[in-house]
Order: sequence, then C-alpha cells, then structure tokens
Amino acid sequence: MATPLKTKISVPRSRDHSISGVKYNRSSSKRNNFEMAAWLYMRISGVLLVVLIFGHLFVNLMMGEGVHRIDFGFVGGKLANPFWQVWDLLLLWLAMLHGTNGMRVIIDDYAEKDGVRFILKVALFLASAFVILLGTLVIFTFDPCPAGADPELLASFCAAP
Amino acid sequence: MADFEAREPESKVQLASETGGAGATPTFDITVQVRRYDPELSAEVHWDEFQLTMYGTDRVLDALHKIKWEIDGSLSFRRSCAHGICGSDAMRINGRNRLACKTLLKDLDLAKPITVEPIKGLPCEKDLIVDMEPFFQAYREVMPFLVNDTHEPERERYQSQEDRARFDDTTKCILCAACTSSCPVFWTDGQYFGPAAIVNAHRFIFDSRDDAGDMRLEILNDKEGVWRCRTTFNCTEACPRGIEITKAIAEVKQAILVRSL
Repeated sequence: MATPLKTKISVPRSRDHSISGVKYNRSSSKRNNFEMAAWLYMRISGVLLVVLIFGHLFVNLMMGEGVHRIDFGFVGGKLANPFWQVWDLLLLWLAMLHGTNGMRVIIDDYAEKDGVRFILKVALFLASAFVILLGTLVIFTFDPCPAGADPELLASFCAAP
Repeated sequence: MADFEAREPESKVQLASETGGAGATPTFDITVQVRRYDPELSAEVHWDEFQLTMYGTDRVLDALHKIKWEIDGSLSFRRSCAHGICGSDAMRINGRNRLACKTLLKDLDLAKPITVEPIKGLPCEKDLIVDMEPFFQAYREVMPFLVNDTHEPERERYQSQEDRARFDDTTKCILCAACTSSCPVFWTDGQYFGPAAIVNAHRFIFDSRDDAGDMRLEILNDKEGVWRCRTTFNCTEACPRGIEITKAIAEVKQAILVRSL
C-alpha cells in the first residue's frame, strides 16, 4: 500500500465548524470494527429471535390447554427447568441487545445535537443494563416453591409443606 | 438503465409528435414556485411564484432560464452543460431530487404549481445554490483515483470485459449529489459518507487494475461509513443516471465483512 491512510485529526466536537446543522469537520471518529459487529449482530440475532420468540409463544399459548394453563405453577415449573432457563436467558439478552442497538441507531440518526445524543444514549444504556441484569437475576434466582405459599398454586414437583 | 426509464412517470401532456400528428410545438401555461434565499437581503426564506408559457418540449431548466433571463435576474442556480452530464443542476423538483435539465415539464403534473427547492442536507448559499464542500470532502476521503504502484506497463493495463463489467454501473456517477442529499441519514449532520462517496469508492474497490481496495474498505468501515446505510433506497430513486446505488453500498458492506471474517 503506497498511499498512506489520511492521518486522523481529532477535532473536539465542540469546536466543529458547522453551518445550518451541517458539520464541516470530518473523520474525528475512530476506525474499528464495532459498527460492523453491531450490523452483523442485528442480522444474526434477528434470525435467532424469530425462532426463540415463536417457540416461546407456541409453548406458552398453544400447547396443551394453551393460555388457560398459565399460572404461577406453570411459570415456576418452566423456570426450574435448565432448558427453559437457557431459552429465556437467550431470549432476554438477544432481544434486549437487539432493541438497544436499534434505539442507539435511531438516536444517532435523529438526534442532531451531540449533547442530546449523549444524554439519550446514557439513559438508554442505563435502562437496558438494568433490565438485562434484573431479568438475568430473576431467571437464575427464581424460587418456584416459596415457603408458606398455598400448595394449590405451586408446581407439582414442590414437596408438600 | 432500461429499468430506470421504465420507472419514469408517464407524460401528463401528449405531444403532437407522440400522437402521430405534426405541426407547431404546443405550448402550455405553468406555475413555478421557487424557494428564494438571499442572505445579503434577508435571513428569511420565501417562495416566489412565476407564471410562464412554455413549449411542450421544454424542461424545468428552460423554465428557470426563462425566469432568470426575462422576469427576475436575481434568481441563482447552477447549471453547466444543461444536458445531464455535468451534474450541476440537481435540485428538489416537486419534492424529488432530479436534474432540472433532464426533467421535462410535460412529465410533471401541470395542474399544480411546480415547486423548485435546493437539495437538502447541504447549507444553502443562495436560492438554489448549496455549498457542496461537505459532499466533496467525503468524496475526496475515499481516494477516487487509480492507485497502482506495480511496474508500469508499456501498453495499457489489461482488463477483461468481465472485470470491467464488475463495476460498470458505478462508473456512471456524475457527482450531482442528488443521492447524498436525498439520504435521511446524511440530513442529520452531514457526517455520513453518503451514497455518492461510496459509489465512487465501489468504482475503484472492484476495479481489477486498482491496488488500494483494502484501504478504501478500511476507510468505509468507519462509524460514519457504510454501516450507517439503512437501505431506504432514496438514493437509488434519486439517481438521474439510474445507478443501483443501494446495491453498490450492499456490495461494499459484503466486501468489508468477507475481508474481516
């Protein structure tokens, strides 16, 4: 490669030359594969989510008595099964990251001021991190047989008190 | 190109030559609304309306000429060759980016006023003239020239017809900015490279004689590069040369992926 890449000049965004919202300084962004990875992730997670979501809907709403069988015991039973734990965990992480990245892209496209863009992104990332962590915690620490609960409501495998 | 021509709107006015008759070229009365902006007079934008009598064979550019030469000499717009080659007169006509010199009046709905605005996303300097600098900055950054430092052959650099056909579509670009200024991602802050820069990078990335394809892919694998394309197809619809721009951008995306994996 004979022609070297143009050197990256980092101009602070606050010192951008800007006319009617159009910035004249280019190339202050860093070159890495993040945007490519994000683009690829959206496609792969999208395909996986179609399978996971429709599997989830089918098992919860169609099989057996369908929606009428959903109660605390049904959910407790599912979350006690390692297969459904992994399924729900994948669903949670893939969907949340897919949605968060989608929102990040929308903020990038529509927020015109860097300050607004920054605040919106911080709020988005905090909210997503909260939901992902809380959801993960629930999946792994859920107690399907809480002590002192009405045995009528619990899953069949809970030992009678 | 054939596909593109098929998508052009049907003529609203039938000319005598098309219906088999002969004789004088028909004329019709039209109303043109032009977005006016002159920072030396006022920071405000306003719209001027002009009533004109035009020939059936006239284009929007002829209407603008008539306004400038006969009614209001202060109207400013760019045009160079006036025949769809130089790419100077891209503007928003009835809300669509087109070349004024390639848009026939008879193809527009003449029952309503024809609106003419400068292209969006680039700072307006006066009337229909915008500052193209952000557009050309992105263009320069993709290095739109042949890079080959191998031993210089005594004759031309050989290229097979198949190799030439690989990037034929993207050689048609005339840098009119109709595509880039129709892109909603570019409208945000003008930082996205934009369809035109990617098309011109594509033209060299897939050129078998060029050696800097990797470097251009690296440049476009940027935060503001090809990954910001949302495939809205605005650029493909706007291109007066009928280049399949969104497809070209997808090919560049694919090339970056293949190279990285």
